[in-house]
Amino acid sequence: MEQFTGKAWVLGDDIDTDIIIPTEYLALKTIEEMKQYGFSPLRPELAAQIGKGDILVAGKNFGCGSSREQAPEVVKALGIRCVIAKSFARIFFRNAINNGLLLIEQPDLYDDMAEGDTVAVTVNQDVEYRGKRYPIASLPENLMEIIAAGGLVKAMRRRNGLDGERGQADGTDGC
Amino acid sequence: MGQTVVEKIIAHNIGAESVKPGEIVTVDVDRVMLDDIMMPFIVDKFQEMGFDRVWDPDKVVLVYDHLVPASQQDDTRHYRVGDAFAAKHGLKNVHRSDGICHQLMMEAGYVKPGDVVFGTDSHTTTYGCVGAFSTGIGYTEMAAILGTGQLWMKVPETIRVVIDGKLPDGVMSKDIILRIIGDLGADGATYRALEFTGRTVEDMSVSSRMAMANMAIEAGAKCAAFTPDGKTAQYCGISLNEFQQGLRGDPDATYLKTVVYRAEDFRPVMACPSQVDKIRNVSELAGIPVDQVFIGSCTNGRLEDLQAAAAVLKGKRVAPFVKLIVTPASRKVYEEALECGVLQILAEAGAIITHPGCGLCCGRTGGILCDGERVVATNNRNFLGRMGTSKVEIYLASPVTAAACAAAGKITF
Repeated sequence: MEQFTGKAWVLGDDIDTDIIIPTEYLALKTIEEMKQYGFSPLRPELAAQIGKGDILVAGKNFGCGSSREQAPEVVKALGIRCVIAKSFARIFFRNAINNGLLLIEQPDLYDDMAEGDTVAVTVNQDVEYRGKRYPIASLPENLMEIIAAGGLVKAMRRRNGLDGERGQADGTDGC
Repeated sequence: MGQTVVEKIIAHNIGAESVKPGEIVTVDVDRVMLDDIMMPFIVDKFQEMGFDRVWDPDKVVLVYDHLVPASQQDDTRHYRVGDAFAAKHGLKNVHRSDGICHQLMMEAGYVKPGDVVFGTDSHTTTYGCVGAFSTGIGYTEMAAILGTGQLWMKVPETIRVVIDGKLPDGVMSKDIILRIIGDLGADGATYRALEFTGRTVEDMSVSSRMAMANMAIEAGAKCAAFTPDGKTAQYCGISLNEFQQGLRGDPDATYLKTVVYRAEDFRPVMACPSQVDKIRNVSELAGIPVDQVFIGSCTNGRLEDLQAAAAVLKGKRVAPFVKLIVTPASRKVYEEALECGVLQILAEAGAIITHPGCGLCCGRTGGILCDGERVVATNNRNFLGRMGTSKVEIYLASPVTAAACAAAGKITF
């Protein structure tokens, strides 16, 4: 079972995709150019503070609002290993899976979590924080298949005969 | 076993007798909508996936709306990428300056009752107003559909909203959907379908239904559903076939829950900064000064909305320190409003009338605001920083309420 630990940044309820990446930056050419503006309406300093392997912990309805796929791409490009929230908005959820950004639904951790603390994640099993284990559900099989392929782009490349079995071996980025 | 509207659409699409919530199915897509902001990303993903042809170019609609006319130099790159892709793959349904994507999908007849439609914009839920299944997706999934014509989805549970009775004067369908979002919460319908039914809904125009379906996403819903009727048929320019006529929730269908409203109980309301579900009666907010008013968007930029605003503003002037920005949802709406004298009334009242498009709603052009300013707007989102800086206060309201606020220079109804 895959395990990792990370430092947590804590955000609130209803973190919308306009907060994650405002519309005015959506037409920048690359996610790399965009990522410095991540979360800027809410916490302008946050994007520079996030380090590789950090974890976001949030309340309910994370990623609500616009369908912009730049949102999960920016979160991933900032180095976030996974987002643990009480719940996720559905378009953001699909977009994140398709980009290999791991999302974990956990109803209780957010209420106990202090920013800057470290949490330990065991994928499809639980999250450990201050000695307490918070159980998490497994993802449905069809989503695990997309993740196993390394995201939807790689799944399609394999369908189109471009990567063969290599797609499987590449399927580790991000989660 | 009875079915909900959305279950019937999905079952019909996959050729099954019935489907159940939670079932994962692969649907054949009837139509897709691609918008300008996402276009370069869609094309990149399409190429990266290794596709060399679009599954069915006639089923693809490409709309430039968020970035038209360009407000930043790089915006024009999106048109170039879109035009090149359209030329290479033989896309004929390209709208370069005709208005907002969702308005065009409906008024140009791209969506019919019972269709399964996806778009790269979250307000794609709008097409539920004619009894289609439609929802927003990201650019990676759009690229996959362009190549394959298919997408997987989970059959959603349905929440039924029943509204009976006659609405009080000055209350629009926008007030209804805002109240429902307030009651359900911004995540109250996440992953679910919202099915609207009852006499009040039947009495509504397709345009009013469109405003409600448009905002279903603001309660987190996957899609919205209205039963197609005579008005739908007329709007779509078709006669309903047997399948389309049957798109109503069966009496013995299984709903996650049913919420019931009396139309007489609705009041003019606003969504207060900066949450769509922070709903207050306008009467509770009366007197708060306003710097700007925006009437437009895919929620409330149609002829009926401009007419409602004009009825309030006829013979009046916008308060001297208020900027009233009116942005028709499409070129057709603009022309109709011009023809019937609505634009003249609004112009004489002191409105700034802009080109059709997304305009101020997505905060890129047409009246962005700065710290400490307050705007009453008829669009669908009042998120932090949506129309300028994060210290702008956005109040969402109906066109009638917005027009009254523009004349008074403060929140009123």
